[in-house]
Amino acid sequence: MKPFLEVKNLFVSFPTEDGVVRASDDISFSVSRGETLAVVGESGSGKSVTTLAVMGLHNRKRTNISGHAILNLPTGPVDTISAPEETVRKLRGKSMAMIFQDPMSALHPYYSIGNQITEAWSLYNDGSKADGTKRAIELLDLVGIPGAAKRVEEYPHQFSGGMRQRVMIAMALVNNPSLLIADEPTTALDVTIQSQILQLLRDMQKEFNMAVVLITHDLGVVAEVADRVCVMYAGKIVEQAKIDELYYRPDHPYTLGLLNSIPRVDRGGDQRLQAIPGQPPSLISLPQGCSFRPRCAHSKLVPNNRCATDVPELYEKTEAHGSRCHLTESQLVQIRTSAGGHS
Amino acid sequence: MLKFLAKRLTATVVVIGLISISVFLIFSYLPMDPAALTCGKACNPVVIAANRHRLGLDVSVPVQYGRFVKGLFVDRTWGEGAAKFSCPAPGFGYSFNRHECVTQLIKEAFPVTFSLAIGSFILWMLLGISFGIVAARKQGKWQDKAATAFVVAGVSLPVFVTALLTLLAASKLGLVNPIEFGRWVSPFTDPIGWLKTFYLPWIVLALFSSASYTRFTRSNVIETSSEDYIRTARAKGLSEKVILRKHTLRAALAPLLTLAGIDFAVLLGGAIFTETIFNLPGLGRLSINAVLTDYDLPVILATTMLAATLVVVMNLIVDVLYAYLDPRVRVG
Repeated sequence: MKPFLEVKNLFVSFPTEDGVVRASDDISFSVSRGETLAVVGESGSGKSVTTLAVMGLHNRKRTNISGHAILNLPTGPVDTISAPEETVRKLRGKSMAMIFQDPMSALHPYYSIGNQITEAWSLYNDGSKADGTKRAIELLDLVGIPGAAKRVEEYPHQFSGGMRQRVMIAMALVNNPSLLIADEPTTALDVTIQSQILQLLRDMQKEFNMAVVLITHDLGVVAEVADRVCVMYAGKIVEQAKIDELYYRPDHPYTLGLLNSIPRVDRGGDQRLQAIPGQPPSLISLPQGCSFRPRCAHSKLVPNNRCATDVPELYEKTEAHGSRCHLTESQLVQIRTSAGGHS
Repeated sequence: MLKFLAKRLTATVVVIGLISISVFLIFSYLPMDPAALTCGKACNPVVIAANRHRLGLDVSVPVQYGRFVKGLFVDRTWGEGAAKFSCPAPGFGYSFNRHECVTQLIKEAFPVTFSLAIGSFILWMLLGISFGIVAARKQGKWQDKAATAFVVAGVSLPVFVTALLTLLAASKLGLVNPIEFGRWVSPFTDPIGWLKTFYLPWIVLALFSSASYTRFTRSNVIETSSEDYIRTARAKGLSEKVILRKHTLRAALAPLLTLAGIDFAVLLGGAIFTETIFNLPGLGRLSINAVLTDYDLPVILATTMLAATLVVVMNLIVDVLYAYLDPRVRVG
């Protein structure tokens, strides 16, 4: 069966006064129903920009988008990048839904949550307001909001952060979408609530058999829910792999750096956390060659200073595992071993 | 909500009381003597003293204030014997220049000012908000630039300039006869005449005020459009029309309410320039005449207090409406 979402060679850039911001640079990935793809990267690596392009949420007049984002619907494939805006709009909320980072600002402060959920429902369903409210209560109940029948009339500010994110999830799911894009859904929440929300997302994925794209910068979150991972850096996918592959055999120095920066209980508390030195580059003026080179500890291992001159291609070691790095497999094995833990 | 209302109402009454005291005090200590001013031709100290007694100015200021407040609630009488006269409650005093109860003067002037205020208010809100929305939607395009030009012209031209120019243009075009201009006609007896009397001053006031509302609407709509919840609305699949009408405007225009309420209240207190130029016998002209020609203390006192009270009351109304519009403001 074909994957539900196929993104192929997606480029997104924004012309600004200072120059062109290349936020997504040749992005390709796919995700099937029932599968969770995690997109990982630092702030500004192009994660959100990529998924907003899939949703058709960029202002087309102010954004340059090319490539494809194909939804394989039962009625046939639709490319949300090239389809008319009105067609894409009618897919939003129904075939693809999105939840956002900060549930406080993502919910309208002036309308009750019941009103906001019913509004989404009535776009694609005929039925009275009472039917909509019934469906809203059903969903709120499903996402674990106690006393849903009563709370449906309340306003976003009357909910806690975790409950608000549950409301957002209920709103996204109200029309049984086939694809759910979750843009850092747990970043604004505290840790205990985080795992509850992740658990909820997992349950909902089973319930609705959805394809899920989870954007996050937290590799702990990834380990908990993802089937496959895309690691993004400076607008490019630098590594793409199944979850176990990525954790045990990371192929890109950036991924390795991310993994090493996770605090670990088995390494003793007196060890300093290893950070990746430097800052991500500006998306307006990317360095020549590999974007990660200025921060990479291993670029000297590559002969002829190739890291500074050639952009590495996405090399697919196996069909399910690819990375953009000039280092050879034997060099990587060595680096992994010396980093410890990842063999 | 009831508790909130009770609290705000109490505060409003206290504020109005304080305003009345300070206004009364200011006018009591001005270096003018109404008793001498109303003395007439054959003036001598005996007449002035008699006048002072008749006007009730021969007692201490607190007692005067007490009588004034009492006059608001019960009929008040001045003088004795044949020179006796009285004003029914609620009375704001007696104008000795015009020989009429101040309440009666205000009753006559208020409909004029109210007609002026309501018409121009509706007109400027419509103009300001629609120009603002268009400018925001067409940001950077010619519509936006035209709106900006309108704003600059509107706020930089004083009302007395636009009023005179408008009047000049209208009479040149034969739209109005300046001589018969400015009669008060009730909209209930002669709606066409009422419109004819007021459409020019409405336009003048609306041009002036709608400029700032255009600016405010434009920036609020632009700001709200970039809110996360607008992106959520878009992600739901709502059409741009619904997003603008239901989501953007509700949040963008709510803050306008405060501004609009106060501006409307200020206008209800009298528009001095517009009323004077268009010869409208409203509160603005009543007070400016009282100040400039008659030095009519009771009238000035009454119009000042009325204007202040209108602002305070409108503030209360705005707060209540705002609580209705924005659920986050609702308390208890």
